[in-house]
Amino acid sequence: MTTTPRTKSKFRLPTPHNMGYAFNWTGRIGLALILFWAVVAMFGRWFTPYPVGARVDWDYFGGISAEYWMGTDYLGRDIFSRVLMGARYTVGIALAAVTLACTIGVVLGMIAAVIGGWFDTLLSRFLDAFNGIPSLLFGLVVVAAVGSSIPVLVLTLAAIYMPGAYRFARALAVNINTMDFVTVARARGEATPYLIRREILPNILGPVLADLGLRFVFIVLVLSGLSFLGLGVQPPNADWGALVRENIEGLSLGAPAVIFPSIAIASLTISVNMFIDNLPTKIRDRAE
Amino acid sequence: MMTDTPLVSVRDLRIGAVTDSGRKIEIIRGVDFDIVPGEILALIGESGSGKTTIALSLMGHTRRGCSIEGGTIRVGKHDVTGMTEKQRARLRGTEVSYVPQSAAAAFNPSKRIMDQVVETTRIHDLMPRARAEAHARDLFRALALPAPDTIGDRYPHQVSGGQLQRLSAAMALIASPELVIFDEPTTALDVTTQIEVLRAFRRVMQESGMAGVYVSHDLAVVAQIADRIIVLKGGETQEQGTTEQIVNDPQHPYTKELLAAFDPVPHVPLAGRDDSADTPVLEVRDLCAGYGAIKNGEPAAKVLDNIECRLMRGRNLGVIGESGSGKSTLARAVAGILPAYRGSVLFDGHTLAPDLAQRSKEELRRAQIVFQLADTALNPAHSIANIIARPLRFYKGLGGAACEREVIKLLDMVHLPAALRHRLPSELSGGQKQRVNLARALAADPELILCDEITSALDTVVAAAILDLLKELQSELGLSYMFISHDLSTVEAICDDVLVMYKGKVVEAMPAARMSEDATHPYSRLLISSVPQLDTGWLAGLEQDPELLAAFSER
Repeated sequence: MTTTPRTKSKFRLPTPHNMGYAFNWTGRIGLALILFWAVVAMFGRWFTPYPVGARVDWDYFGGISAEYWMGTDYLGRDIFSRVLMGARYTVGIALAAVTLACTIGVVLGMIAAVIGGWFDTLLSRFLDAFNGIPSLLFGLVVVAAVGSSIPVLVLTLAAIYMPGAYRFARALAVNINTMDFVTVARARGEATPYLIRREILPNILGPVLADLGLRFVFIVLVLSGLSFLGLGVQPPNADWGALVRENIEGLSLGAPAVIFPSIAIASLTISVNMFIDNLPTKIRDRAE
Repeated sequence: MMTDTPLVSVRDLRIGAVTDSGRKIEIIRGVDFDIVPGEILALIGESGSGKTTIALSLMGHTRRGCSIEGGTIRVGKHDVTGMTEKQRARLRGTEVSYVPQSAAAAFNPSKRIMDQVVETTRIHDLMPRARAEAHARDLFRALALPAPDTIGDRYPHQVSGGQLQRLSAAMALIASPELVIFDEPTTALDVTTQIEVLRAFRRVMQESGMAGVYVSHDLAVVAQIADRIIVLKGGETQEQGTTEQIVNDPQHPYTKELLAAFDPVPHVPLAGRDDSADTPVLEVRDLCAGYGAIKNGEPAAKVLDNIECRLMRGRNLGVIGESGSGKSTLARAVAGILPAYRGSVLFDGHTLAPDLAQRSKEELRRAQIVFQLADTALNPAHSIANIIARPLRFYKGLGGAACEREVIKLLDMVHLPAALRHRLPSELSGGQKQRVNLARALAADPELILCDEITSALDTVVAAAILDLLKELQSELGLSYMFISHDLSTVEAICDDVLVMYKGKVVEAMPAARMSEDATHPYSRLLISSVPQLDTGWLAGLEQDPELLAAFSER
């Protein structure tokens, strides 16, 4: 094979300079914000000015100052440190859960579409039934039974959002599966893994990525919901949702302790959607 | 022919478009023509020649991304180019109307036909509903539709394709417009149906005295219905003249090329082969196949019924028939995509398993299938190099530089430049895609290629080039083709023998060269006589047994 960008196409990453994959500024801003939070999540813990659980100020709901960049919370803890650490939980858990949910869902969806028949029917009905359980209730039950830890949270959230990803990918893959190029590949004698990986996946990638973005946002919200109920990340650590919850009384005082975590949640979810909605046209519209 | 002031006059029409990459191009470059009242003007050309764009511009409409950049269009007393969009909307349907290519896509499947036919009169508030319906029934009668009084109560899926096309003409004619635009209205129809539709169109246009614009790529069809022809290429007029003159005495080299592509080149079988001694490369015995749930070993919908055929090495077998005759199903059953439930397929004397999952890689390699629509047969996400290289890797385990060399060789074999391998399918023309499609089949180094309508979606000149390529490859590689088509002249041009299929049965098998003389079965005769001839008087002079027609075509 030659080495031109077009022919090395295992999984094409949306880098702007990869011929024809340029995308607009809205998308770039989104991507930049996502990368920013990812960096914060990875390296934030070495930059926290104060320990996360430590009371640093006897004044609760303190304002912005040179010492406490984002003010202090209801116990007088430094919000800036807590937001930096919260990024680890919010971004990390949501990213891990969404990756898991979409990978499993999309792979199963494509397998079901290609194999069809009994396998498809059984799997689809089973996951439909699973989908019938309210997501927050399911989360409550699992966390109450097993106890809250990060792997449990990731797996629970992945399990909640996997059936949706499966449904979505299967519906797209069924359409691609009837195309002539898939028939040609079958007639050539290709096995299912090849059909899934090379013939179907590239053609559903755009919509699947858009779906992944939406799911990511939902997971951030459910994680906040679980934390709000006290079942998410356990104290003294807190994800952003928990930060909002524990400082909610400060809202009437205009405390930065509640505003900054809210801004963090908003900036992450909006930037993910800005990026997904402005993916390079080549990826987004390929199936059309 | 009336020679007073023209009904339509188009002067120096220029239409521009913006491509996906944002580049501005001119797709219609200064076209002039007039249409006098009662005249039918044909716009003929290949895809991309701008014929539909010009026809749509007469209604002041352009497709998304296109815009009228210059020139004037006058229809009746209206200056279409100078009108506002609201004024144009009033013009459409009442003075200029449109018959689309695919009637099936033009009708709303959830509404009764009558509601849709009289819609124009309702939108423009032309006449009361009862009068509109009475007028519609008169039109149904004029268009020779069966049960004209009740057909309007049906839903679009309850009538045949040919009927639906005539109903869409009724929809266009309901407001008695001055100009009717026909956009390839018979292209999607079978030949026997096409005759009936053409006849109906011709009669109704003659009786009403309306002027028409008939857009088509098929010169033989146009010769039957048009008074004048404009030959277009690349958005420019190549030649303009009366139908007689264009058909019998073309002046422009491009028109001559179009006419030449129409004449079938008789097929010369490969020399130096002794049929009797060989085992046939493909033999089909008592083959039965169908779709749907299988009960008692038989599927719910049986399509193929005891098909028998043989194809000798280095020979070509044509399979002809109308849509629904089971010819594509035959190719699928032979390839094992649709497992036959009875009968056997013998390849080079060995019986193949009905289901391709049970066939060996080697068996699969030796018989390749090529589909009609190269658009859907090539994965849009892969480069041409990847598409062609896959069979090489899969069957032969080639990789790296050896694989690339082979890809370039295959592209050269189908007369495509090697640089094309870095492109995606969407960046190729229709003819190029079909060549890539063929190259992928050739990459497997097959002995038999099943060609399923591979030239049907292509322009005449491009299709002729593909046929030449097939012949050339055959003489170089000793291939055998099973060639499925609804187009008799294509089959005549490439095949040694022909099977005529009707409703899943082979009604007749004969040598292709003597098809028109030798056919004895009434259906074969009907099919052969329905192919439009390049002669202006053909349709008027055509006499077909009406009972035969009724018996073999459910319209």
